[in-house]
Amino acid sequence: MSALHLVVAAIAAWIAIGVLGMIRPRKGLKLIRALFILGAGVALVVAIVALFSMGQIAQTIVLPLGLPDLPFHLRIDSLSAFFLLLLGATAFGISIFSAGYFRESEGTAPGLLCLHYHVFLAAMALVLVADDAYVFMVAWETMALSSYFLVTTDHRIPEIRRAGFLYLLIAHIGAIAILLCFGVLQGGSGDYTFGSMRSVILPGAWSSIAFGLAIFGFGAKAGLLPLHVWLPEAHPAAPSPVSALMSGVMLKTAIYGLMRVTFDLLNGQLWWWGVFALVLGLLTALFGVIFATVQSDMKRLLAYSSIENIGIIVAGMGLAILFKAHDKTLLAALALTATLYHALNHAFFKSLLFLATGAVLHATKERSLGKLGGLIHRMPWVAWLALVGTLAMAGLPPLNGFVSEWLLLQAFLFTPTLPQSFINMLVPLAAAALVLAVALAAYVMVKFYGVIFLGRPREPNLAYAQDPARLERAALAWFALGCVVLGIFPVNVITWLDPVDAMLIGSTLGGRGGSWLFLAPVNPDRSSYSPIIVLVVILAVFALTIQVVHRYYHGRKRLGPAWDCGYPLQTARMQDTAEGFGQPIRQVFEAFFHVERVLPSPFDATPQYRVKVEDHFWRWLYLPVVRSAEAVARLIGLIQQGRISVYLTYSFLTLLALLFFIR
Amino acid sequence: MTPTGFLSQLLQLAIALLLAPLLLGWVNQCRAWLQNKSAPPLLLPYRMIRKLFHKDAVIAENASPIFRTMPYIIFGAMALAAAIVPSLATDLPFGQAADAIALVGLFALARVFIALAAMDIGTAFGSMGARREMFVGFLAEPALLMVLFTASLISGSTSLPTIVDTLAHREIAIYPSLAFAGVAFTMVSLAENARIPIDNPATHLELTMIHEAMILEYSARHLALIEWASALKLFNYSCIGLALFLPFGIAQGSDDWLAILGATPVLAAKLAAGGFGLALIETFSAKVRIFRAPEFLGTAFLLAVLGMLVNLLLGS
Repeated sequence: MSALHLVVAAIAAWIAIGVLGMIRPRKGLKLIRALFILGAGVALVVAIVALFSMGQIAQTIVLPLGLPDLPFHLRIDSLSAFFLLLLGATAFGISIFSAGYFRESEGTAPGLLCLHYHVFLAAMALVLVADDAYVFMVAWETMALSSYFLVTTDHRIPEIRRAGFLYLLIAHIGAIAILLCFGVLQGGSGDYTFGSMRSVILPGAWSSIAFGLAIFGFGAKAGLLPLHVWLPEAHPAAPSPVSALMSGVMLKTAIYGLMRVTFDLLNGQLWWWGVFALVLGLLTALFGVIFATVQSDMKRLLAYSSIENIGIIVAGMGLAILFKAHDKTLLAALALTATLYHALNHAFFKSLLFLATGAVLHATKERSLGKLGGLIHRMPWVAWLALVGTLAMAGLPPLNGFVSEWLLLQAFLFTPTLPQSFINMLVPLAAAALVLAVALAAYVMVKFYGVIFLGRPREPNLAYAQDPARLERAALAWFALGCVVLGIFPVNVITWLDPVDAMLIGSTLGGRGGSWLFLAPVNPDRSSYSPIIVLVVILAVFALTIQVVHRYYHGRKRLGPAWDCGYPLQTARMQDTAEGFGQPIRQVFEAFFHVERVLPSPFDATPQYRVKVEDHFWRWLYLPVVRSAEAVARLIGLIQQGRISVYLTYSFLTLLALLFFIR
Repeated sequence: MTPTGFLSQLLQLAIALLLAPLLLGWVNQCRAWLQNKSAPPLLLPYRMIRKLFHKDAVIAENASPIFRTMPYIIFGAMALAAAIVPSLATDLPFGQAADAIALVGLFALARVFIALAAMDIGTAFGSMGARREMFVGFLAEPALLMVLFTASLISGSTSLPTIVDTLAHREIAIYPSLAFAGVAFTMVSLAENARIPIDNPATHLELTMIHEAMILEYSARHLALIEWASALKLFNYSCIGLALFLPFGIAQGSDDWLAILGATPVLAAKLAAGGFGLALIETFSAKVRIFRAPEFLGTAFLLAVLGMLVNLLLGS
């Protein structure tokens, strides 16, 4: 039984699990729980299969499904294997979490949720192994639809229905672009298998059009500017495990699609695609992180931070394209490795944080940062595991987020070797923008963690918050472990990624990853980093200092009230709120936001303070489009009279016109 | 790992740990002289740390373990940084553990932890300090990295020992890119070490403090470690500056241990001069409002980018 057969069996198993959930959709929570755990097992199988099929020869099969003469072509190669591993490892944790998380609620019944959830997983896996445009689009649309139903789980709330609609709309705008992209890619041969697209050589302009359509279509799914608006709406609306799955995995399927089209299906890349992707990615990253700092809803904050990370990933990909177009394959491999590594890291830490918000949400029924606080005392498990994710996302050594950012910065430092001098000038700005985004991410994460878990509870009902049950804790621990392992053993990960580089770039970092102790991607004289030494030394100094201080001095301590410069009156309300914490950034980057402010005057009997921070894109792009669409619709409405005689006249005129033209 | 390398590593770490408070004392003394005040004793920071170690720690009732472990973590991070920055020699076994970018990450780790600990008690000042610290940090970090990028473009490496080896072997001349980077680095170091004009280490005035606001709740051994770590941070930044812009006198690659011993007084002299310079800057400038900090750090950032562009254009 080959790896691909196993993956197909896993996809079938997921669908079967979903259908089983429908047996008694209203009752039988225990059954649903068991099904989710079963689904997690399937995910683990997918991850293990993917782990071992990395670097193997690509396998293909043709399934006699679908339309007559149009069977499903499936293929697993190193690129698919990498993303399948990402899918399997992430879905494993999220499914375990979901088993404990979903319960009876106002919205969709658990059985139906189980169906949508597993179909969603199956569709994502199918996207990753699709080998013709037809099955790719079928899987892609199934993925969009099933995730739409998952987003609108609480469909009784109008805002959630709106968020779901927005998501579906943008997903379809993207899907149209992808469909057109495949249309261009087949190059008039009429054969929509990826195999034939690879052999077609498109004339220059057409390949650029295909790339443009791909970055637009996949960018809509990934959340690139200016099609990012659905993320901050859909992520808070969806249940937390679904947000984790969408942010951790589904956004990556878009990255997969973009990589597949750019590096695999298109023959040869142009350097300016790289510059375009680089600039777009960095703009997206900066935009996302700046908006993340001013959010006061914890899931919106994470959604904006997903936009940031997707931006970083696309920027890294742009760099890889740029290097590859100039035949600097080793550097392209470095940039691509950093990109893939970041995708994997983001899947882990973002899932961890989304699941942690889910646990907080269940324990407190509160999503607004302004009403949380001090949960580290009430929910120590969630708080400590989330701390790992927080530090990872803030890009701090020795965790995983830092490794990929480090690799990417190393790749940036090589850019001055390119022939175009203006691109060499662009580097400082690009590297600076990346660093700024990373530094701001640390700001965001301090805000996120500090406001939710530290300090004093801002509301009295937080005193009853509790850690989640064992399944949820285990899932969080899985992701935290992943963040640590990916951070500590980067060399193994990089070596494992080599086949993807070989496939997409034609060169690997082969053996240049360094020894097990030192990560040294190009050569050790140039740069090296050893997360193990960093971790061990910090821990050693930590332990040694405690020992020395306690032995030579003492370890006496007394508990007392907080001092706070001696101010006697202190309430939990005096801590920074989420708005307060983000305020400096809002002031510095005022131009980025559309701010509506209602300030109280000194004479108000009932003072009110309200700030609404909006995205300029709504005003500058979306509303004009909506308005013009409405105007066009009104014009078309003019010919709609509602009287049968008028319609008969239209038919008559059409006939006459046709007779005139065709004769 | 050569025995000399091991020796120089050990010596360098010991010197950093022991001399860091002295540097702080020296800066305070110089500042007092320049401002016509009677100077505090040179060894005051040591006495302060000793006194604090003897005291009983008073911890707020709702402190979480993050609050208590933070001083040890930042002390560990700063000690590691001191082992990495080539202050005496470039043949350092730990030098490979983190390059310039990872070093900035290490400083960021310390900053995030100190900010989290500041928010842990849930006081108004604590969260204000954390917010401001992160605010200054997000502006300073890119500028610092740009400075390091300029240096690494010249030497073709991000590893600090290699950078020092390359820069020390150039003829003594003013390189425009390094001049820009040097000014930018000075500005960033002032901000990162909570010095005037961004922060005032001597103030406890409520509305102006940044670093002090974050550590208000600390006492005794925890405070001692934080003070020591801050002194180490100043020491590390000074040594990075010296390594990048005055790399002369640092024992190179495979030199014997005599060279390392010879490098020690050179380092002391450079640090003394640098400390005096810091005191001079602090005397001649006034603390700016927090919202002027972006202008200050933005200037530093632009200067650093300018340095990099000059390097790319002129190749020097």
